[in-house]
Amino acid sequence: MRCLFWIFCLLGALCPPLVFALTPEQAGQIAAGDLDDRIKTLNAVVAEADTALEPFVKALLDEAVKTSAGKAYIVADGKTVEAATGKPAVLPADAEDTVTNNRMRRELESAIAVLRLVSPDRAVRAAAITELKDQVDEGKLGLIDKATTAETDPELKARLQLLRAAVLISSDDPAKRLTAAKALSGSSSPATRSLLLEKLGSEPDATVKAAIQAALDSVQGQLVWGERLGLLFTGLSLGSILLLVALGLAITYGLMGVINMAHGELMMIGAYATYVVQNLFKNYLPGAFDGYILVAIPAAFLASALVGAVLERTVIRWLYGRPLETLLATWGISLVLMQAVRSIFGAQNVGVENPAWMSGGVQVLPNLVLPYNRLAILVFAALVLLAMAALIGKTRLGLFVRAVTQNRRMASCVGVNTSRIDMLAFALGAGIAGLAGCALSQVGNVGPDLGQGYIVDSFMVVVLGGVGQLAGTVYAALGLGLMNKLLEGWAGAVLAKIMVLVFIVVFIQKRPQGIFAVKGRSAEA
Amino acid sequence: MSTVMMSPQALQQKRGLLLGVRGWTAVLSALAVLTVLIPLLNRVVPADSVFHLSDYAVGLTGKILCYAICALAMDLIWGYTGILSLGHGLFFALGGYGMGMYLMRQIGRDGNYKSDLPDFMVFLNWKDLPWTWALSDSFIAQMALVVLVPGLLALVFGWFAFRSRIKGVYFSIITQALTYAAMLLFFRNETGFGGNNGFTDFKRILGQPIATPTTRITLFIITGATLVGFYLLARWIVNSKYGRVLQAIRDAETRVMFTGYNPLAYKLSIWTLSAVMCGVAGALYVPQVGIINPSEMSPSAGIEIAIWAAVGGRATLIGPIIGAFFVNGAKSWFTVAFPEFWLYFLGALFIAVTLFLPQGIVGLFKRFSRSAADTANDAANRTHA
Repeated sequence: MRCLFWIFCLLGALCPPLVFALTPEQAGQIAAGDLDDRIKTLNAVVAEADTALEPFVKALLDEAVKTSAGKAYIVADGKTVEAATGKPAVLPADAEDTVTNNRMRRELESAIAVLRLVSPDRAVRAAAITELKDQVDEGKLGLIDKATTAETDPELKARLQLLRAAVLISSDDPAKRLTAAKALSGSSSPATRSLLLEKLGSEPDATVKAAIQAALDSVQGQLVWGERLGLLFTGLSLGSILLLVALGLAITYGLMGVINMAHGELMMIGAYATYVVQNLFKNYLPGAFDGYILVAIPAAFLASALVGAVLERTVIRWLYGRPLETLLATWGISLVLMQAVRSIFGAQNVGVENPAWMSGGVQVLPNLVLPYNRLAILVFAALVLLAMAALIGKTRLGLFVRAVTQNRRMASCVGVNTSRIDMLAFALGAGIAGLAGCALSQVGNVGPDLGQGYIVDSFMVVVLGGVGQLAGTVYAALGLGLMNKLLEGWAGAVLAKIMVLVFIVVFIQKRPQGIFAVKGRSAEA
Repeated sequence: MSTVMMSPQALQQKRGLLLGVRGWTAVLSALAVLTVLIPLLNRVVPADSVFHLSDYAVGLTGKILCYAICALAMDLIWGYTGILSLGHGLFFALGGYGMGMYLMRQIGRDGNYKSDLPDFMVFLNWKDLPWTWALSDSFIAQMALVVLVPGLLALVFGWFAFRSRIKGVYFSIITQALTYAAMLLFFRNETGFGGNNGFTDFKRILGQPIATPTTRITLFIITGATLVGFYLLARWIVNSKYGRVLQAIRDAETRVMFTGYNPLAYKLSIWTLSAVMCGVAGALYVPQVGIINPSEMSPSAGIEIAIWAAVGGRATLIGPIIGAFFVNGAKSWFTVAFPEFWLYFLGALFIAVTLFLPQGIVGLFKRFSRSAADTANDAANRTHA
């Protein structure tokens, strides 16, 4: 049985649908005459699903059709063919242009889409169904029925049935509307929901209304999961961005105790480095454009790390142990860096394009698309986190950094070059800020103010997570990201931010040192 | 700290009179300049005379006087108590909004839409005043709000913050987040304070047209007198026993606690007073400048107040006032002459003051005017600290 089914399927896919020839009279009627008659004939012909019709309809759309004595001719590239038969013909001298007004144009466009429903190519059929979603009426019903019967792909078949129901629910016949409402309850697309909502208000028949309500509830039920997961994903995505931003701070503030208000501007430098690399690829290596990001990541890291190292050597090293002064000096640095970028690149935002593989997204549920660029940032944040944990935990540099953090004098006594370690650690924190900037350039605007929007949030992450704790930073970043987005859905963006702030202030009442407090004597210092 | 090195007798003497003879002369002459000389130069001296002060100069000075009050408030909390607030822009703006609400109501039916409601409410198609505007018809009530709203907000926020001993940069960052959140809130139209346009196009104050020279110079005199008044108050505070505890908290909070003081009440009271001073400054600022919008609450506005105090010299009372004049004078010169270099200058100022001038401009003068022996003594102190 199963075997037979597949054979039939194969046959169905291989054999083109039966071809009905377009008669010359019909072609003439479509091309000229009273508009209503033309549309009527068009719909009648479309329902026959004649594949030869497509060039004719296209020609009509291009206004390349001329009529003479009830016959239609297609004039293209200097050649004339008879529209119905496709045979070469000589254009009669009295041939007139056809008029395609906007209404006719709409009809023709949807006719093309309907014709594609019977195309042998599955992708073309799928695209046609999507296209037809908002623009079918009962006139096209005949062909949709036909296409549904002919359709072999179960997924497309289901979509066609929904399409049919969407048409029928606007029918004048209450019985048809009732069946349609029942059929629509199987849908899980947001468009169906808005269609049902719209129909619910205008439905006169009580039974049908109840059926629509039931269908609406069922659609809602299927959509709600997509929405919840979508919220979860945007929360995680924001969390991953906050994590990237806060990881750099976790080093400069958490380990070194330097309040770096210019952190956001170091991110901005990373984003501009990405922009420069992108432009270089565009101009000199257009073929490898999709790979520019692989060069941009180290470039962003190095650019920001270099600026960070210079800042540490010239300004910050004189301010160790004076956190409030550091705060003001780094704020000054941030102003200078912002203005410098304005002078070099202009005050306007610059455009950073995603590589082709990062645009688009994966469709998980009908109403849930996960964009590739956000997925990439999630993965990237995780990788940076792992790399940093390994660097701090496993390498000699990391060992020195921890040693200097815990006891500067003793580290110095056993031969650690503390001032060099300071510089390297600060450059590392700055470099990670550059990586965050590179990531941000893929999802948002790149401009001189890029860093300003994140600085408050990222400090909140560090304050909430606790100083000197990577784990705390991770939990705080993801937690704040999720909380922000969940509250946002419920109370709006601004109130959500305020609630998060209130939460942090209250939280610090209970745990002044953040989620993970450093225990022991160093906690009070 | 060199301020602690005063002999007890000197302290006693100072406390009794608040200021020495020279000090009082200086304060009174400043008061005379602000309330008599500048108004005379502006109003009485003819416009073609070299001594004439233009309306623009008076307006600018009036604006900076308001900033100077903020810088003084910042000095009390940062310079004398060691708590750096980055949220003073919020208190300033709240005071400004308090005054702005009254001024908006005074427009009456003279707005673009000829309505009883402020124009932006008509624009949003609101029919009634929101509850927050209940008192906005009364000048006295609204002026009470100018003091009460920043005061209460500071009291509640400070109580939570100081109770859990949030200090140092933690506190600075949280105050910055507070003003950031408030800015976002005020940017919304639904909040009912004019959204991102804020309040502007004021017509009159207490029945007087607001743009006339007489009204402007009156506002200027009031602002000048307020600044001098606040200066004397601050002087009294820092010389009192209360003020000395504040300075002790700044220098060694843990030691103060071990000596039996509870820093909470001290910090909370000076923090609230400082916020109220900023609120008053904001209320004086708005009628002179003619506009208030949420950008006054931006984190950068808050941190700029700190730099005024730092540039002038922290832990001196005259310093912040000098700093406010210096930075804002430079700002209005730069933004006209070299607009693109203003941020470079401001940024460099932040860095240079923290690196090279921890005592600010006042410290610089002190260094030059002192004898060599004093300098050596001071240097020894500093290395010790």
